[in-house]
Amino acid sequence: MPELRTQTMTVNMGPQHPSTHGVLRLVLELDGEIVVSASTTIGYLHTGIEKTAEQKKWQQVIPLVERMDYLSAQSNSFGFALSVEKLLGIEVPERVRWIRVLLAELQRINSHLVWLATHGLEIGAVSVMLYCFRERELLLNVNEMIAGFRMFPSYIRIGGLREDLPAGFHDAVRAFLDRFPAKLDEYEDLLTQNEIWIRRTRDVGRLSKEEALALALVGPIARAAGLPYDVRKAFPYSGYETFEFDVPAGTRGDVYDRYLVRMEEMRQSVRICRQALERITPAGAYDIQDFRIVPPPKDRVYTEMEALIQHFLLYSQGFTVPAGEVYVPVEGPRGEHGFYVVSDGTNRPWRIKARAPSFYACQALPPLIVGGLIADVIAVIGSTDVVMGDVDR
Amino acid sequence: MDTATIVSILQKSAPDVSLEAATAIDQPTLVVPRERLVDVCHALRHEPELDFGLLADVTAVDWWPREPRFAIIYHLACVETTAVGAPKRLRLKVLVPGADARVPTVSEIWPSANWAEREVWDLVGIVFDGHPDLRRLLMPDDWEGHPLRKDYPVQVAVPAKVAEPLQLTPEQFVANIEASRVRTGPAPSGEAARVPARPPGATPSDEGGPA
Repeated sequence: MPELRTQTMTVNMGPQHPSTHGVLRLVLELDGEIVVSASTTIGYLHTGIEKTAEQKKWQQVIPLVERMDYLSAQSNSFGFALSVEKLLGIEVPERVRWIRVLLAELQRINSHLVWLATHGLEIGAVSVMLYCFRERELLLNVNEMIAGFRMFPSYIRIGGLREDLPAGFHDAVRAFLDRFPAKLDEYEDLLTQNEIWIRRTRDVGRLSKEEALALALVGPIARAAGLPYDVRKAFPYSGYETFEFDVPAGTRGDVYDRYLVRMEEMRQSVRICRQALERITPAGAYDIQDFRIVPPPKDRVYTEMEALIQHFLLYSQGFTVPAGEVYVPVEGPRGEHGFYVVSDGTNRPWRIKARAPSFYACQALPPLIVGGLIADVIAVIGSTDVVMGDVDR
Repeated sequence: MDTATIVSILQKSAPDVSLEAATAIDQPTLVVPRERLVDVCHALRHEPELDFGLLADVTAVDWWPREPRFAIIYHLACVETTAVGAPKRLRLKVLVPGADARVPTVSEIWPSANWAEREVWDLVGIVFDGHPDLRRLLMPDDWEGHPLRKDYPVQVAVPAKVAEPLQLTPEQFVANIEASRVRTGPAPSGEAARVPARPPGATPSDEGGPA
């Protein structure tokens, strides 16, 4: 009998593959079902936001950065606003800090819900997708309520918030927080003990703590591997040190542990949201009231000449930011997220650079999928929760 | 951990390096000479008292037309709770002239630098000597120039392509509709058949990028 000869097969996956969360191209070399090598091509969503931002006035950058990581818009604007505020040397009022924390945690739940929905869908748990989008709708309604925009509210501004909270905000958020933990249990009923789910995710795409740190995968991926680093605890910002919450950590660093970590993070976010909601008074200061940086309230703009002039100046010339550089990391839904902001003392940024957690997660894909089955590629990509808008910017 | 402590620990392992503390309002910042970058990074990574295990990001700032033109920025952090003084952060800065925009790679010390340095090469045009795979990352492979440089044009002046306005006589208009109908009989002939469905010059051009 002649000897059987085997050869590897090269498969092109993407850029428009439904499981790649955007446009990511993978070239996989397969030996049967085993992935022998993988290479990643990114850049299909590169829109030059960092270059565009250099042409914009500071306040105009907020909507731009929100479109980087489009599933967690307010984590982008939060990080950017914190960096610029640090350069300006201003401190926002306490109430603004609590509102921002609340919004950031709602945004985390929102983003994790999309992650769970798509991740489940790709592995075959289709009903989870519908369940998650049902609850996400409520969060998008909250966004619509505060800003009239569901995905990119641009509500967090440099120096505070766009305007005060609308009537009914507390009730809407409280209704969500009361409803959501039971729904989380519902998702867990569907998945956590599900034999198919466990067999698709247990010991798949394993990553050790050391590897995660070397590849800069700080965030849920590193926590699933047992590195309990959370920016909210290590480098607190916006008053996070005053909130009570736990940082979940896994031990095995596989897809299943990443699932468990993110589920627990949602529970902890609910905890933080409840504390924040307690502290937010229905009406009060919503920005720093320094009209060189934030516009005067509309009722004054319409009735006072000085306020009108100030409003006009702010929107035509913007404000200047002292020369310097600053990097303030925040804990986004995908990990350490932050903006390195450089000012030359003018009314436009000299350079902004986003520290994009998805970028590093995408870099780590080949080591995660090589050696595994091709069917697991989908599970691994889903578990890293990459958002291509964040990778390519 | 403040800048002076970090410098004093670094001086032990690399005594001949001139380290300059820069003023920054958010975290300790060191300016490192390019020639000793790898030595300093190695010490920062492996010295037990420093143990900066996380290279959070690499980026570059173009200060054109000033010199030294480029500043390459490394954001380091120590996030292991068992380490000395953790958590702590440090920013490294390497200043290089515009005529010689190259620095050694640190991707052997922190593997996360691989793509980060590729992005800096792609967008700012800094050459990372010794990098295992210095190709463009975000821009297409055949792209010319480095978009985040300050002398890179923001809006490229390409002559506007003006399409001929679509002006049809009533007869042509009717003939156009007739021509697009599915026919069972013989094909139309004469004037009506020659009316183009699309005005000339209105075809989209696929030329992109800077001139």
